[in-house]
Amino acid sequence: MLPNMTFSRRNFLTLTGGIAAAATVTACGSNNGGIGTSASPSAAASATGPLPELTQWYHEYGEEGTQDAVKKYAAAYTNANVTVKWNPGDYGKLLSAALLTNDVPDVFEAEMGASVDMIKAGQVADLTELMADSIDKFNPAVIERMMYQDKLYAIPQVIDMHLLYYRPSLLTKAGITEPPKTFEALVDAATKMKTADMGGLFVGNDGIGAMGTLLMLASGFNQLDDTKTKAGFLDPAFYAALVAYRDFFNSGALLQSASKDWYDGTPFINEETAMQWGGLWSMTDVQKAFGDDFGVLPFPAIGASGRQATIFGAFGSCVAAKGKNVEAAKAFAKWLWVDQTSFQVEFANAFGTHVPAQPALASQASKLASGPGADAATMIVEHGFPASDMLWTGALGDAYSAAVTNVIKKNADPAKEFASVGEKAITELKRVNG
Amino acid sequence: MSVAAPPRTTTLLHRLRGHQGRNLWFALFVTPFVVGLAMFVYIPIAWSAYLSFFEARNTVHPTKFVGFENYTYLLGDKLFRQSLLTFIAFAAFIVPLTYVCSLGLALLLHGLKGGQAFFRSVFFLPTAVSYVIAAMIWRLAFFSGTRFGFANSLLRQFGGDNVNWLGGTNYWYWLVIVSLRLWLQVGFYMILLIAGLNRIPTDTYEAAAIDGASGWRLLRHITLPQLRTSTVAVLMLLLIGAFQAFDEFWNTLGSMTGGYPPYARPPLVHLYLISIGGSQQDLGVGGAGTMIITALIVFFGLLQNWLAGWSERKERGR
Repeated sequence: MLPNMTFSRRNFLTLTGGIAAAATVTACGSNNGGIGTSASPSAAASATGPLPELTQWYHEYGEEGTQDAVKKYAAAYTNANVTVKWNPGDYGKLLSAALLTNDVPDVFEAEMGASVDMIKAGQVADLTELMADSIDKFNPAVIERMMYQDKLYAIPQVIDMHLLYYRPSLLTKAGITEPPKTFEALVDAATKMKTADMGGLFVGNDGIGAMGTLLMLASGFNQLDDTKTKAGFLDPAFYAALVAYRDFFNSGALLQSASKDWYDGTPFINEETAMQWGGLWSMTDVQKAFGDDFGVLPFPAIGASGRQATIFGAFGSCVAAKGKNVEAAKAFAKWLWVDQTSFQVEFANAFGTHVPAQPALASQASKLASGPGADAATMIVEHGFPASDMLWTGALGDAYSAAVTNVIKKNADPAKEFASVGEKAITELKRVNG
Repeated sequence: MSVAAPPRTTTLLHRLRGHQGRNLWFALFVTPFVVGLAMFVYIPIAWSAYLSFFEARNTVHPTKFVGFENYTYLLGDKLFRQSLLTFIAFAAFIVPLTYVCSLGLALLLHGLKGGQAFFRSVFFLPTAVSYVIAAMIWRLAFFSGTRFGFANSLLRQFGGDNVNWLGGTNYWYWLVIVSLRLWLQVGFYMILLIAGLNRIPTDTYEAAAIDGASGWRLLRHITLPQLRTSTVAVLMLLLIGAFQAFDEFWNTLGSMTGGYPPYARPPLVHLYLISIGGSQQDLGVGGAGTMIITALIVFFGLLQNWLAGWSERKERGR
């Protein structure tokens, strides 16, 4: 019978094809038989068998040379074959999507380490034990930021910070003797230095940028209270700070549109603005443009309870819990971000300007040795706060910045706007603390 | 004369294939489309519906059933409720405006003696531009708030001051967004309406002209009623398009660091921040939002259909 015959023939083909395919797969992927090792470039394959294969993810660093450097680090590791994947574009989204699949990157960097939701969903491995002996080498504030319920989920790679760029020559020209340490002095300086072609201060193309967080910190408050169960900023002094900033925003001394955004040093370098709130990473370019004629400051204190403040961020190296070889991945992460101090110094210092995550290494970073670089390194210790608390969730952050925007741009009443943020904080914190 | 009975091939296979294999061809042509539709539309919708009843953070295989909690959370969220209002205001404005502009262009082109094909192409071309690219041009070149932005240079030529178009302290951002969407889609709907205009028989116009009708009366009593089917389709597409507005909002008002201001925030942008953007990956609440928006689109679609049918019935009843 014809139909039956075709059926069985097809069946036969499928079967044999399947076997053939299976055989090929085993031949290529046979990690135990030793057949595949001839393709392995590493000479270190020893009697223990072939090396584990690991993938490592980075976001795209803007500075030239970084990509080659991280590839060099990965190639120098002898206990595994590490493939680096450099991810231009929206790294956060790429990463969170990849972590939902079975094909996860074994080692990856994440801003401020793993998020609380990544930890709660079991996506990242607990590194507490791995880091037990080396945890003291790191900046304690950064380590604390990467811990959740007393467990560490990331190894800090490098610290980045925000700072206020100003130029002494422009201050002198405007008749100001001292760099601004209070908000009133900042407003005064911006107003006096402003010209027709140059704004007084630039903080971002939306006129707010990172100010939402900074106004809170500089008026003396934190995102969460000490019990971490409710918001820490629902206070008239914070509201007064927002209103003071709103007045400044409307005064015309704040530049609200520039060729690039706050995280790029270009507007300051182009002399579109006399002062700019920017990042330490731009310091190399600023130095090139102005030589010695620039200085850096934390954000000035605002109000009676105020304090000078700046924020720092840090990429942390995480290990995926679903990775095929979690132990090998942990060992590699520790090797690179704890033991290889010369790589870490190069990574922090050779391309842009960053602060090594291990304070002992800061002295080896030439860019932080003197001048504004040294000021920045001190500033991080004396006035630095993490850009966000571990429990400060995305929903909370969005509600907070919406309220800030409404107060500053839409003249909303701060007490009314932040009441709902306070309520949201309580429900969100109950969830993440649970 | 004995007539031989026609060969009756009534095996199951033949019946399935249909006359001249029609069913087979039908399946062949339709299947790829249906598979694509199922994979990229129906399964995701069904999955969103499923996720919307679970706490699904950083996972697509949730385990904790929460009933309608995600829905109540979202409906209690001030920013989401505002986004629905934003959308309704936006749709109420952009749908009639686009329709009137497209119809105006279509009528103008339809009346042209020559060069129709040329102008059709000219007006249709912007449709081929991506929303993202157009938004970038609008944001960085035309409506940049800097002194070297095109609109600001023009304003200063006429003695005006620089305007911070997208700054948020004024409402000029609506001009930016509406003009962008108009430029991009007017041409497309113009083509649909021209097709509709071409289907109106010329003798109807001739008969009306003999009766002494002209200008507005022709438009009101012949063109518009005859265009009803096209109009309903165009309005429906415009409404759905307005609901799905995302790209131009996100790329003109969103910050490069992933934030978005609370004003002019359409529902999809808000849901995007909750489920994919921002630093949260709350797929449960995101799914609930998708369901709410789907329900709204269905509701407004039915309402519009009913209104169109109602006006038609009224017309016939006269």
